[in-house]
Amino acid sequence: MKRSLALLVLFTLFVLPAGLAYAEVQTGQGAAGAPAQAAPAAAKADTGDTAWLIVATALVMLMTPGLAFFYGGMVGKKNVLGILMQCFTILCVISVQWVLYGYSLSFGPGKGFWGGLEWVGLEGVGLTPYADYAATIPHQLFMVFQMMFAVITPALIIGAFAERMKFAAFLIFTILWATFVYDPVCHWVWGIGGWLREMGALDFAGGTVVHINAGIAAFMTAVFIGRRKGSSSHAILPHNLPFTILGTALLWFGWFGFNAGSSLGANDIAVNAFVVTNTAAAAAGMTWALIDWIFNKKPTMLGMATGAVAGLVAITPAAGFVSALSAVLIGIFVSIFCYFAVAWIKPKFGYDDALDVFGVHCVGGIWGALATGLFASKAVNPAGADGLFFGNPKQFLVQVIATAVTIAYSFVASFIIYKVIDLIVKVRVPEKDEIVGLDLTQHHEKAYTILE
Amino acid sequence: MKLIIAIIQPDRLESVKQELYKEEVNLITVNEVLGHGRQMGVTEVYRGVKEMGNLLRKIRLEIAVNEDFVERTIKAIIKGAQTGETGDGKIFVLDLVECIRIRTEERGGEAIG
Repeated sequence: MKRSLALLVLFTLFVLPAGLAYAEVQTGQGAAGAPAQAAPAAAKADTGDTAWLIVATALVMLMTPGLAFFYGGMVGKKNVLGILMQCFTILCVISVQWVLYGYSLSFGPGKGFWGGLEWVGLEGVGLTPYADYAATIPHQLFMVFQMMFAVITPALIIGAFAERMKFAAFLIFTILWATFVYDPVCHWVWGIGGWLREMGALDFAGGTVVHINAGIAAFMTAVFIGRRKGSSSHAILPHNLPFTILGTALLWFGWFGFNAGSSLGANDIAVNAFVVTNTAAAAAGMTWALIDWIFNKKPTMLGMATGAVAGLVAITPAAGFVSALSAVLIGIFVSIFCYFAVAWIKPKFGYDDALDVFGVHCVGGIWGALATGLFASKAVNPAGADGLFFGNPKQFLVQVIATAVTIAYSFVASFIIYKVIDLIVKVRVPEKDEIVGLDLTQHHEKAYTILE
Repeated sequence: MKLIIAIIQPDRLESVKQELYKEEVNLITVNEVLGHGRQMGVTEVYRGVKEMGNLLRKIRLEIAVNEDFVERTIKAIIKGAQTGETGDGKIFVLDLVECIRIRTEERGGEAIG
């Protein structure tokens, strides 16, 4: 009964818009007969920029499976397929959502809550450049590059409710969250007519849109779904740290596409982003290991990997605007802040953010967004702005506003979505299923066998 | 007939096996197990969260022998596994009620060797 209800909700949310979008595209073409490309015919894609962005898009795609292994290694061995499945589900579902209506809601020009509906079903999103977003690459390439960001953002959240969320509830949450949280926030910060963009907020590759946005939603779900069974009496240990390190390596690798690709061209800013991305990850990984060494007597592999990811998160909004030396500072401080959040704040308040999505992505993202307001320099990128340390305190204020708005909106909207789903299908698995594990109870599969 | 169960350090398995072969005790079953005695487990740290005294990896041997082999087997295990440090392990000796070789259906002392 519940399952059919969940499927019904999915159908109305997803299949119905798909049908409507298709109908619209058909009638649009039939009735108006207008050429799909309204943009000036003169615009021509640059081959170098196009080549780089195709590769960068593929790199960002790899981050979601990378994240699956990063998270998958940290859960118990009875829940690892559940994590991999959720990441791959998001890759499949949001890729389709983005083509159907997500891209239009996020990037369609307009001053509203969402962008317009004129690009639903990719109508008018063609193979020539759309100059207001990226003048030298095909519009569809910009669209698919952004698709990978829309995919990885909800995937980040799953670490918070890991090992205890019902699959159907997760699926509905993902689609609603993408539609009502990611798409509007993305539009405000990056879309034409987006109000945070017009206010001058700097977010090079998604510190606000991706990391703060997902991180605070993760915090909300961790608080309201409750602690994992047994987690208050003992720590739930990672079942395969080499998976986690493999995932970290894939994330680091993919992040070059994420940040250096966000220059939307094979140019000087891409190189700057590449250099600072690597620098910040390295500085942060090193710092976390040192903190471990000081406070816990030994440097840990998980600590170094966590630090590296925190460094990548923090440099994301700043990558196109800061120098390599600033990146070192951003990396060092992000590990200090995130370690504090993970090892001190979390136990103190007792929420079970299972894989530290809030502690790493939200805290790291907030530091990154604010650090952009401190360290940004026009000497690095004339199209950016100067930060507080370069004589422009106003930029810091703008960054604070963008961060605060994202936190407030994402928290409230995610909470409403979460509660509605809880009323319909109950978000949490029954205790018995939690004990047996999500792999067997949600997917009828197990990752490892003891006997052949 | 006795069943000898020994818990030893993983790195002592090879030398215990060598000592057993010298005493012509060739039939053993080996398991990887977890546990700790007086020697507590090591502390593990994950993202600053400490997990105290976790179970340690140990090796568990099972050897079924006739009475005249009991002392030789015990001596061989001690010789191979003893380091003098805490955590060297334990040997348990149990009475064994019956033993049947599946291939031939032989029973008792005949079946053990």
